Amino acid sequence: MKVHRALRMERCIGCHSCSLACARLVYKSFSWNTAGIRIRSTGGVSSGFQAVLCLACDPAPCAAACPTGAMAPRKSGGGVLLKKSLCVQCGKCAAACPVEAINLDAGGNPNVCVHCGQCIPFCPHDCLELVEAAAPAAPCLESCHVADK
Amino acid sequence: MSPTNNDKTLFRVLVYDLSARRGDIALVPGRGEVIGGSGLAALLYEKYGLPGAAPFDPGQPLIFAIGPATGYFPLMSKTVCGFKSPYNGNYAESHAGGRSALALRFAGFDALVLTGRAERLSTLVVGSRRIELLDVHYLRGADVFTTGKLLRKIAAGASGHRSILRIGPAGENGSAYACINVDTYRHFGRLGAGAVMGAKNCKALVVMGDGDLPLPEDKAYPKLFKDIHEKVTSSGMMEKYHDLGTPANVLPLNALKSLPWRNLSATSDPEADKISGEAFAEKLLMHNAACAGCPVGCIHVGMVREMFSSSHRFAIHQVAYDHEPNFAVGPMLGVTDPSEVLAINDMADRQGLDVISAGVALAWAVEATQKGLVSEKETEVKLAFGDAAAFKRAMWLIGHKANDFYAALGQGALVAAKAYGGEDFACVLGQEMAGYATGETYFASQTVSFRHSHLDTGAYSYDQKHKEKDVEKVVRFLVDDERERVLLTCLVACLFAREVYKPDVVAQVLTCLGLPELAAGIDAAAENARRARWRLKMATGYDPRATRIPKRFAEIETWKGPVDAAYMEALRAGYAEAVLSLGSPRPAV
Repeated sequence: MKVHRALRMERCIGCHSCSLACARLVYKSFSWNTAGIRIRSTGGVSSGFQAVLCLACDPAPCAAACPTGAMAPRKSGGGVLLKKSLCVQCGKCAAACPVEAINLDAGGNPNVCVHCGQCIPFCPHDCLELVEAAAPAAPCLESCHVADK
Repeated sequence: MSPTNNDKTLFRVLVYDLSARRGDIALVPGRGEVIGGSGLAALLYEKYGLPGAAPFDPGQPLIFAIGPATGYFPLMSKTVCGFKSPYNGNYAESHAGGRSALALRFAGFDALVLTGRAERLSTLVVGSRRIELLDVHYLRGADVFTTGKLLRKIAAGASGHRSILRIGPAGENGSAYACINVDTYRHFGRLGAGAVMGAKNCKALVVMGDGDLPLPEDKAYPKLFKDIHEKVTSSGMMEKYHDLGTPANVLPLNALKSLPWRNLSATSDPEADKISGEAFAEKLLMHNAACAGCPVGCIHVGMVREMFSSSHRFAIHQVAYDHEPNFAVGPMLGVTDPSEVLAINDMADRQGLDVISAGVALAWAVEATQKGLVSEKETEVKLAFGDAAAFKRAMWLIGHKANDFYAALGQGALVAAKAYGGEDFACVLGQEMAGYATGETYFASQTVSFRHSHLDTGAYSYDQKHKEKDVEKVVRFLVDDERERVLLTCLVACLFAREVYKPDVVAQVLTCLGLPELAAGIDAAAENARRARWRLKMATGYDPRATRIPKRFAEIETWKGPVDAAYMEALRAGYAEAVLSLGSPRPAV
């Protein structure tokens, strides 16, 4: 089991290729909102970019908040899977997420990262990575990690 | 799902009357005839424009148009702004990226047309479910960066998916080359769109890309996207744009005696290595940024560390740089310290000035000072080549229209030269020159071409490869090359993508987007759009035969030797005749 981490956001150029890829390939939409990963500036483009995506909480507060079990924890490694047929568009999952990683589209349907990694090849600066869930990495890399010599 | 336009042959256009504080959503036919972008802006000016009225007439439209491929494919990331230029009185276009194009797409519009004049200084906020005019009288006089920061709070929402188009003091004060700043690092730079916005009492336009649209139904879409994405990111095709960026041109141009120095009194200088693309990258480059929808990331952002107090207190300025701004306030002004180049650029940017025109106009002012045509009585600060502090102050003075001299200089170098003398050395080719002193082809092209821009044709590149003098061949090249570029600016592709979006790829893109008929007739549509632009430019007073190339351009030497004035004039006249024919009225049906 793998989880998706935006490990090297210091490199992000704000092209939104990841969001557009997720919308296109996972949510079958043309959008930069209807996506499991979304790019924000942290106070204008001169202050750098932030990826908003699921941090694979375990246990997941969004799943705990879901009244129907539509938002269910993955078998291992944190993160959730959404069963659309069970979703009543109540928005509780989005409200429960501590990092605003769940987007609600205009119909109230949640969009969340499913840790599939399909967006990763579209990042031109290698900001994104799938990592082994068994060896959980902090949601960053370059700023706080010193490589072994 | 946002309200969408299911008929792909119609353009969904928001026409907002600032006087009446009301918008109208128009469905405008014409996709097959004009494509979008450049063609759509021309179509909308034909529909809403007042060719005979003054550029600042409240009835004039300020148009922002995207194209059929915007956001759907990589590098389809630009917006075309159409307006009547206060610089030359003609219908004009200026192009910019940032987030503007995708924000308009996801707000659900193919174009936005601003008409009228707001009663108080205002900001228009447009999203997929929001159209609102906000009173921002308290932003009067604010520079573009302060305006951007405050607007992020005033028009909150859609963070990361919002485009903020705004003007600075120069736009409010009617400088004929005031620009519209887009998302801090990009600009509708040339020919004065910012002043048109200022005349509408519109400080800013905030576009929120907060809607969702259906994915193209064609099953080939994800594969075609992936193929194009790989082509632009994996091959070396885009290398020059994301490595050193356009300042990579400096050393080759200088070696070819094609880099304008000190008001074009020279075309090469041993100090070029101090302001090369390499020097900027090594000393000042902080990071790259991209327009939304483009993985290339050609925006180069440099850092200026300004010590504002002797007790080691610093202010940090982040300044986007490119060859053109660097040239205009670097070699053209005799400034060879990269930090100073960025600091002058930063000051011009804050005012909301087109830094190319402002720098080149100041270069004229320095030479006019040297020749005794103007003095500190007019210029307030002593202007001398290499004096960066004086140029920073002068940028503020132009932006604030500080006196009669700067008011004239803010209308263009040639306007000031007409008042004070020195027209022979005003480096104006339709508008202040861009950073290519490559020779006769480029000088004739910029003088006559539609936007008077170095991007209208590949003339600057042609000059670097051709020594032979063949007027007919060159004119044919200019005419053919313009058409290919107009096709791209109708889609709207970044012109850096011109090696990727060749005709067969464009046809695949349009077919994939459900526009097979447009794909089949794309050449005719691009030609139609090109001619529509020229007709409008002529309907608003342009006579290409009346253009002139100032004497300075005949006094220089390039790698080909001294400029051949007679040949240059033959090219100008030849291209002018060709353009006249392109802009001839439509035959009666």
